[in-house]
Amino acid sequence: MPARFSRSDIEKVAALAQLRLDEDEIELYARQLDDILAYAVQVQNIDTTGIPPTATVLARHGADRPDEPAPCLDRETALANAPDGNVEAGFFKVPRVIG
Amino acid sequence: MTPFPSVRAIRDAVQQGERTAVQVCRESLDRIAERNTALNAFITVLADGALARAAQVDARADRATLPLAGVPVAVKDNLCTRGARTTAASRILERFIPPYDATVVSRLEAAGAVIVGKTNCDEFAMGSSNENSAFGPARNPWAPDRIPGGSSGGSAVAVAAGMAPVALGSDTGGSIRQPAALCGLVGLKPTYGRVSRYGLLAFASSLDQIGPFARTVEDAAVLMQTLAGFDAADATCASEPVPDYLSALTNDLRALRIGVPRALVSDGVDPDVSAAFVDALDALRGGGATLVDIELPFASAAIPVYYLVATAEASSNLARYDGVRYGLRAAPERGPGASDDLQTMYGRTRDEGFGPEVKRRIMLGTYVLSSGYYDAYYLKAQQVRTLIRRDYEHAFARVDAVAMPTYPTPAFRIGERSSDPLQMYLGDVFTVSANLAGLPAISIPCGFTRERLPVGLQLTGRAFDEPTLLAAAHAYERQHEWWKQTPDLG
Repeated sequence: MPARFSRSDIEKVAALAQLRLDEDEIELYARQLDDILAYAVQVQNIDTTGIPPTATVLARHGADRPDEPAPCLDRETALANAPDGNVEAGFFKVPRVIG
Repeated sequence: MTPFPSVRAIRDAVQQGERTAVQVCRESLDRIAERNTALNAFITVLADGALARAAQVDARADRATLPLAGVPVAVKDNLCTRGARTTAASRILERFIPPYDATVVSRLEAAGAVIVGKTNCDEFAMGSSNENSAFGPARNPWAPDRIPGGSSGGSAVAVAAGMAPVALGSDTGGSIRQPAALCGLVGLKPTYGRVSRYGLLAFASSLDQIGPFARTVEDAAVLMQTLAGFDAADATCASEPVPDYLSALTNDLRALRIGVPRALVSDGVDPDVSAAFVDALDALRGGGATLVDIELPFASAAIPVYYLVATAEASSNLARYDGVRYGLRAAPERGPGASDDLQTMYGRTRDEGFGPEVKRRIMLGTYVLSSGYYDAYYLKAQQVRTLIRRDYEHAFARVDAVAMPTYPTPAFRIGERSSDPLQMYLGDVFTVSANLAGLPAISIPCGFTRERLPVGLQLTGRAFDEPTLLAAAHAYERQHEWWKQTPDLG
């Protein structure tokens, strides 16, 4: 496992996470993620051969139900918190997608 | 400080017309006005809404049957309240007005409770000190230069400083139990699935639970009666029948077997915390409980497992904050070479809107889920999570509850640990495994350090066995009555 994060490693992760980090943040997170993942090595040293992963602790899935329409938010309410919404047209507006 | 009466006493007085819900609500609001400037427990005080709600309670024909008639409740600011802003202590949601109530909020209000305000916390519930709030740290009423704990710090402060009799928090790795311990309160993290999370701003969905803060075990039990139960709006909410939590409160410890993971609790614990813990074990034994030495061999790996699983889930959950449907959108870049496309807006919004700890966790979570590292970190952590669950299954074949200190130290000073995230994470050693295993756990006051800072005892139980935890905690509380001590607010 990589012991050290390079600048480009951090930039790659930041791009995946949609975060535009500044120079100080890149340096800070490179160091801190190193520290945290070095500590996590103890997990990697545990023998987990044949051990299934736990994604949820729910003993049974009780949420199956008929797929029936139910009341939901009206358009005006759903758009009320939008930074740039158009209630009449029913749109969330976003900046241009293609250059 | 004059504390509030018990929840049952408030409820009975309002039911019987000895006091009105409006009078009780005013008392809570007055105390908040008097104390919040110094302690920063609330991000938003709902003065007008609370008084209107209280007046409705007074006018209700069924007032005499409401289980929480007129009881003021402080609610963590990551729980949605319709029409009242809900920030998660983040700049990215500074102006977010939810269009719906969290199920716990609707349940409380249907039971006659009055939400007096939204409490401070670590941003998106990520932290152990309440220092990661975009609205500044909350302060511990026992020592205002110290942290109240986190992430639900404001909820703990509101109850400990007598601003509200009870509060709600959320607990992903200790965020109810740890601030309860550091502020001298009872805090319960229910079993995963016991309480609906509809309307809780998600942090780590396989770990998050909502639960009560209270001064006594009885108050916590009364609140749980209203909070617990199936909700079709939360696909992870359990349909297990809800027991009568109050009738579980006996004073009898004789049938109880309590496991003590000696190896785990022998290391790195503050001497005063350790002494209070040992005294509490003696008291439990003196009350008739049987103490059993147990081992939780994989519990020492719980911290790294927790921080791999929780950050992975957080990186996914927080992807929704993108400046499109709600929340902050960063202004377009200006100047030569500036780009104004969608990707740039996403990145700038999230960089401006999230604080340093949230970004750190998103970065870590994104990394451990990314191609090439998934198996080594995330999958491995999920496998060790299975081993931690098995540790508890083995323990609960022999004992009814597991006792540990809630937190290895008393409240530390504001700023003392904020530059070293890993050191901060290590403090969660006794709390995170209950979340990883989905088990209920309670923190109750078990004494004070020499500097008169509160110490908490944690009891962890079998899934859905909150009654045993509440009974044990209640019996201990009757012997010691630490809860009768209150901070000197000057």
